[in-house]
Amino acid sequence: MPGVEGYMYPNEVSLYWSVLIVLYPYITGLVAGAFILASLERVFRVEAVKPTYRLALLTALAFLIVAPLPLQLHLGHPERSLEMYMTPHRTSAMAMFGFVYLWYLMAVLTVEIWLDYRADIVALSQTTRGWRRLFYKVLTLGSSNVSERALHIDERVGWFVTLIGIPSAFLLHGYVGFIFGSIKANPWWSSPLMPVVFIFSAMVSGIAAVMLIYMATSRLRSQPIDMKCVDTIAQYMLYTFIIDFSLEMLDLIHRIYEADESFRSLDFMVHTKLWFSQVILQICLGTLVPIVLLGLVQAAKLTAASRKRIYAVSGSLALIGIFAMRWNVVIGGQLFSKSFLGYTTYKMALATREGLLVSVGLTILPLFILAALVKLLPPWTKEQPDAEALAVTGD
Amino acid sequence: MNITRRHLMLLLPAAAVAWESVLAGTPEASPNYTMTGHWWGMLIDIPKCIGCGNCVRACQAENDVPDGFFRTWVERYHVDDWNLANPQVISPDGGKEGFPSVAEDPDGKYFFVPKLCNQCADSPCTQVCPVGATFISPDGVVLVDQKYCMGCAYCVQACPYGCRYIHPQKRVADKCTLCYHRITKGLTTACCEVCPTGARQLADLKNPNDPIHAFLKTHSVQVLKPQMATGAKVFYNQLDGSVR
Amino acid sequence: MSIFRDAGHLFRLAGVYLAGTLTFLVIRAAVVPHSFGQYGHYRGAAIAEIAAKPLHYAGHQTCEICHSDIARTKAAGMHAHVNCEACHGPLAKHAADPSIDPGKPDVATLCVRCHAASAARPKSFPQVDAEQHAGGVPCNTCHQPHNPAIAAAGGSK
Repeated sequence: MPGVEGYMYPNEVSLYWSVLIVLYPYITGLVAGAFILASLERVFRVEAVKPTYRLALLTALAFLIVAPLPLQLHLGHPERSLEMYMTPHRTSAMAMFGFVYLWYLMAVLTVEIWLDYRADIVALSQTTRGWRRLFYKVLTLGSSNVSERALHIDERVGWFVTLIGIPSAFLLHGYVGFIFGSIKANPWWSSPLMPVVFIFSAMVSGIAAVMLIYMATSRLRSQPIDMKCVDTIAQYMLYTFIIDFSLEMLDLIHRIYEADESFRSLDFMVHTKLWFSQVILQICLGTLVPIVLLGLVQAAKLTAASRKRIYAVSGSLALIGIFAMRWNVVIGGQLFSKSFLGYTTYKMALATREGLLVSVGLTILPLFILAALVKLLPPWTKEQPDAEALAVTGD
Repeated sequence: MNITRRHLMLLLPAAAVAWESVLAGTPEASPNYTMTGHWWGMLIDIPKCIGCGNCVRACQAENDVPDGFFRTWVERYHVDDWNLANPQVISPDGGKEGFPSVAEDPDGKYFFVPKLCNQCADSPCTQVCPVGATFISPDGVVLVDQKYCMGCAYCVQACPYGCRYIHPQKRVADKCTLCYHRITKGLTTACCEVCPTGARQLADLKNPNDPIHAFLKTHSVQVLKPQMATGAKVFYNQLDGSVR
Repeated sequence: MSIFRDAGHLFRLAGVYLAGTLTFLVIRAAVVPHSFGQYGHYRGAAIAEIAAKPLHYAGHQTCEICHSDIARTKAAGMHAHVNCEACHGPLAKHAADPSIDPGKPDVATLCVRCHAASAARPKSFPQVDAEQHAGGVPCNTCHQPHNPAIAAAGGSK
């Protein structure tokens, strides 16, 4: 059979989870990571990252809206997907998705954004015209109360929602890891570390994405980049990256040392079919290089210009590396036979429903949604024209 | 076949009635089939399997199994002496057209292993179904509700034995039903019906008179991948340690 | 109470969510199939639907109702436990309408499926190298498929 080495169970030859299922944990991870970055400011009072607070929330929302789309597209019968809400199976990790997703979208992210933007929404509903006025009117839910006391209540409730939001973000992505980690049939997936690794890699990718988006939007708006802000973000990215890398290495070393029945098969796979995506892309380029670069910033005194460049490079490499990690988990987990006697090949189609073009489209789509959200709910209104003044006036 | 036309005319009404009774559920074999009265499994007697592929063909004919996918298939193992960890396994087109002949190997052994859904009592595939589209019936058969399945393939990933696939045309999960439409009518499965050597035998574990009980008491049987603890109900007689 | 006035928008939000939840519950009650949960977390009616799938193999019990003579021949020989459709293929259509000609299996491919010699087959199972054994002569020239042993002019053992 083409693309098969050794022996595969006959039903295993074609892969059932395509690149779309790679995208799904990737995009969900960006949501969780972006939200946790936003919560740094809100709950942990890291004032330096304030310029990215609203941007991070909108980024999380934009990606969260897209997150279920790759799942929908990969289903044999997308029209039946609402059955997940109608008759959720309690023992299924996947059935949890609908509810965790809905909880996160409706109870956490939307509420937090709404509370934070309420004063702006009320103001916009009075200053705009036409359909935009109607849109903002609907968003006010008919209440234009922006008294000091009302805003104070919003602030407190918002803080509380963020507090709930942090475990929710962990839950959202931890369960994605559990979807894979709980499959005892697949030794490449089956690991209690899987949810934890997914959470920390999600934080890395989300932080990197918000940092890059912040730097890019600042340039687009011809605004100076708040270096104190990106320095702090990069620092947090480095810390989470080190934790993430340690966990992944722990998993790897554990597998190598235990060398159970699946080891030889998986080891061969990593040295052949996954060599480029796992060792080169994920571990070397996507993890070690950015960790060294970000560490260099901490150790040496570099100019703002070179720091910016380092952040741009290491952020992009981190995003590629985390994507490679999702790829290696999802696709790698289907390349070897559960008989441990053979390997198959994944050939990505180009223009099919689960092909390359759709995947690229789904990856870019959140950026367009983000652009629309930024237009409707400008995240910069609170920002001073002089970014340096932020530290002083930061509430 | 020396039935004359006259014989046929005499026989037909009787045969028609008998066939009707099969279609309705053979009265003598399964009077008012009750789901709680059965607990289905299968016995695979490895030393009897000759690798003819009858079961694979019959399964495809009985269940409209799409080409390239298998509800049941046959593997041929070749194990070198003590080298249990490295068997050479083939299953050309699921063994549908049999296997190429091989000469005696003085340093090793050959044998056939028919595979099918293990009808697990603690099935990982039904556990992960997000919507309740696959389930264990009250008589112990793992079934797919193809009108409800949304085709997410999570169950395919969760099966340790590779017994499930996504039907390329129906776009839903598909698998061995243990010929549920036959066994509820008092017939045996298509694969057991056509197995020339009795290497496959349908077994009702709840029926005290089923020959499976005597067999299990007197033979060394094993299930596939017992470490998976799936409660598999397909029992293999003389299963070699190299089989996975 | 001013708390109600200043937190009024939160109650409105809660109202929207409550309305959403109620809508969901109404839709859910309307669309979940009636038999869902009858035996467990699945559509109970699915069992009957699967059980109603059409048969393709009639089963030897059915064949033997008409072909009792063949059944008697077969029972006396080595093929006693080989069921009719193992060689003749699925014949439920013929059972439902005997005027449908079931056709005859092609011995050239049929017999060797089981009896071609291979070291992978159990030693006790009768196997031949067909070329050497018959040299192209069809198997049923000497062997009666329903009772294959060659004894007393193609009769029983």
